[in-house]
Amino acid sequence: MRIQLKIWRQQNRSKSGQLVNYDLPDVNPDMSFLEMLDTLNERLVRQRERPVEFDHDCREGICGQCGMMINGRAHGPLSNTTTCQLHMRAFRDGDTIYVEPFRATAFPVKCDLKVDRSAFDRIIQAGGYTSASTGGAPEANSIPIAHDVAEAAFDAAACIGCGACVATCKNSSAALFTAAKITHLALLPQGKIEGRQRVRRMVRQMDSEGFGHCSNTEACQVECPQQISVLHIARMNWEYNRSLAM
Amino acid sequence: MLNAKIPEGPLQDKWRHYRSTAKLVSSANRNKLQVIVVGTGLAGSSLAASLGEMGYRVTCLCFQDSARRAHSVAAQGGVNACKNYKNDGDTVFRMFYDTIKGGDFRSREANVYRLAECSANLIDQAVAQGVPFAREYSGYLSNRSFGGVQVSRTFYARGQTGQQLLLGAYQALMRQVAAGSVSLLPRHEMLDLVVIDGKARGIIVRNMDSGALERHGGHAVVLATGGFGKIYYLSTLAMGCNGSAIWRAHKRGAFFANPSWTQIHPTCLPQSGDYQSKLTLMSESLRNDGRIWVPKGREDHRSPNEIPEPDRDYYLERRYPAFGNLSPRDISSRAAKERIDAGYGVGPLKNAVYLDFSRAIREQGKPKIEEKYGNLFRMYQKITGVDAYQQPMRISPAAHFSMGGLWVDYELMTTIPGLYALGEANFADHGANRLGANSLLQACVDGYFIAPATIPNYLANEIKTGPIPIDHPAFAESEAAVRERLQVLVNIQGKSPADHFHKTLGAVLYDKCGLSRSQGGLKDAIGKIHSLRDQFYNDLLIPGGIDLNSELEKAGRVADYLELGELMCYDALTRNESCGAHFREEYQTPDGEALRNDRDFAFTSAWEWAGIDKEPILHREPLDFEVVTPTVRSYK
Repeated sequence: MRIQLKIWRQQNRSKSGQLVNYDLPDVNPDMSFLEMLDTLNERLVRQRERPVEFDHDCREGICGQCGMMINGRAHGPLSNTTTCQLHMRAFRDGDTIYVEPFRATAFPVKCDLKVDRSAFDRIIQAGGYTSASTGGAPEANSIPIAHDVAEAAFDAAACIGCGACVATCKNSSAALFTAAKITHLALLPQGKIEGRQRVRRMVRQMDSEGFGHCSNTEACQVECPQQISVLHIARMNWEYNRSLAM
Repeated sequence: MLNAKIPEGPLQDKWRHYRSTAKLVSSANRNKLQVIVVGTGLAGSSLAASLGEMGYRVTCLCFQDSARRAHSVAAQGGVNACKNYKNDGDTVFRMFYDTIKGGDFRSREANVYRLAECSANLIDQAVAQGVPFAREYSGYLSNRSFGGVQVSRTFYARGQTGQQLLLGAYQALMRQVAAGSVSLLPRHEMLDLVVIDGKARGIIVRNMDSGALERHGGHAVVLATGGFGKIYYLSTLAMGCNGSAIWRAHKRGAFFANPSWTQIHPTCLPQSGDYQSKLTLMSESLRNDGRIWVPKGREDHRSPNEIPEPDRDYYLERRYPAFGNLSPRDISSRAAKERIDAGYGVGPLKNAVYLDFSRAIREQGKPKIEEKYGNLFRMYQKITGVDAYQQPMRISPAAHFSMGGLWVDYELMTTIPGLYALGEANFADHGANRLGANSLLQACVDGYFIAPATIPNYLANEIKTGPIPIDHPAFAESEAAVRERLQVLVNIQGKSPADHFHKTLGAVLYDKCGLSRSQGGLKDAIGKIHSLRDQFYNDLLIPGGIDLNSELEKAGRVADYLELGELMCYDALTRNESCGAHFREEYQTPDGEALRNDRDFAFTSAWEWAGIDKEPILHREPLDFEVVTPTVRSYK
């Protein structure tokens, strides 16, 4: 199939960027989207041009390192799918595809499609953990956790930290990311102990990083590769209000 | 010459004895000591967090954009631990024996026993961190069984056990970063080890965003950089996984053990074209409920659902009735290769076998299968476009795990004092074949429990050393060497991108140093790798300079692979036996099973770097079996 690409090229943060056209006349529909970019890059290298920089690593949808806006959607046209799991069979012969970095104030562009998502790490640093130092843990089965509670905690813990929720949100809100960690730990007895200060600190950090507020459009859960539910945002708000009240 | 420093006493007392007698550093002195941890996978994160909690100063780096993305994240199936929650007769000794046997009696008894001994604590630690392991309706932890054992000792979090364990360790690490005890450097790559007066004293790293070279000094350096299976190009590993840190340490004097022992995982998605960048792993846990088969006839073009039972060959159940579809990985992979090579492969390229869930779905119902493997079935559908609830998956073997790695003693110290290797980066526990769900375990146990007890034994003598001076000539020499090497690569300006050389090397290694090896093939491979290396240094093309440049990153890794690949071939060539993942065609039984030679080869090969284009020097660490008696490893 023939694909026209319009890719955002920006050498670094201080230079301005622009969309550049590339024509790929022979794309195999079984290729992954990233393999299609590999093919383009191989061509660029052979022409002694700077290849397109993009983040990627595991290429099996779990590390969360890949992510770009494809035709205006975070991770591309399929719902709940990382960029690396998107295959060219999702496009049609002759399509033009716009490829841009995730855009948010809190995710400044580094180069081409690479952005700086370290704000997520700082949100976790603010309290996304239990303070269980190595060595002091009790026997694992001494705290039974109901099957459904463990499953619900897992649903939230499954977040891969890719940032699609932020990129797709009109407010660039990190509410889904932050809420997923708050729910994961709030549901489990191990996490409840520090629950009140955790939610306050993480929310404060989220705000200070320049993420916007959640206005309940629910766009984030459409793109989330792990299908994290917006209901976690409701829980975060509830936990937050409770922490202020108590 | 090689001293493994295995403690005296009976097997079950060695670790307790070691911990009771190892030197300690008082809490008042710990903040005078700096430890560098390279890598933030399970081993690196857990060690950096644990040392930070103890009060040491830690610098921790990773090449990914966040510590949470290291490739431990991708491990699917589970983590083994001896809890005997299933009341099925599990004991520490049995777990130790399964691991030793699974490794085809090519690992150290004392290390393996310690791994089993520390396993239960790991589950406790992970649960305390909030790792959401699968649970029974009683609220207690659930277990499943995994290849190569007859008890259920595998803890799991759906098909994302590695992710959940890593997030637990990552969160512990983030807590220490916030506390100021760990300084974290994402998007940094180690390019050289600095050795002063025979001791590891620091590293040279490259800031991958700016290209700047940095010097970091430490009283101890820990490499937790994972495996090098990506040397085969097509593998289950992440694109960035590499062997450069351990290879640079090797060239500075650290011995490299059993480099050719690479696990080829039986359940991966088959290659579908030249453009392909990786082979995705489908968790081995699928073999608990999936049955593996190929058609009985060679040219059977029917779709799998149209092939009736009598025309199917469930070859693992046929050849290994006792373990069947749960036979260990080396045996399952080789059996698949045997069928594929004999012309029974399925799929458009005839390079796969079927993994069939129809019976399990019939017997247990689709919802149960969905709960156990839902994410794996979804992933399979995304990649292949096929619904595995409706028709069998197509799978084939792919390079996966490096049993080999830097040689370490009982304390996980390499042959360079002050340099440690943890997790997959070392060689220690898995012998010639790793059992499923033991890799997460080893990485965690090394990082949470073993290294935090053994590194202080070394640091206790470093309290008076004072800060490591990074203006020392050894730092300047290493930095200059790194800068020159990068410049050499950029200056070649030939015609071929780094991936071209990587793919060529990978194809040579799959063919000659993969599931099956022979003397002639290995000698041939060494010659080919030599000439490929010459081509690389004449024809490599990297556009751009030494600032942010992913082509330069790739080329640096490929340059190291072109040396490491040669060492792998030497290693396979000198081991005139078949054991575990190492199958030499000359050494097999009449019915095609591996023929081990305990009389001549019950040793670990530890290789010393002799210089480029020189034959590496082999050292042998004898494996003394005091407790177990090596037997023929039969799964029939």
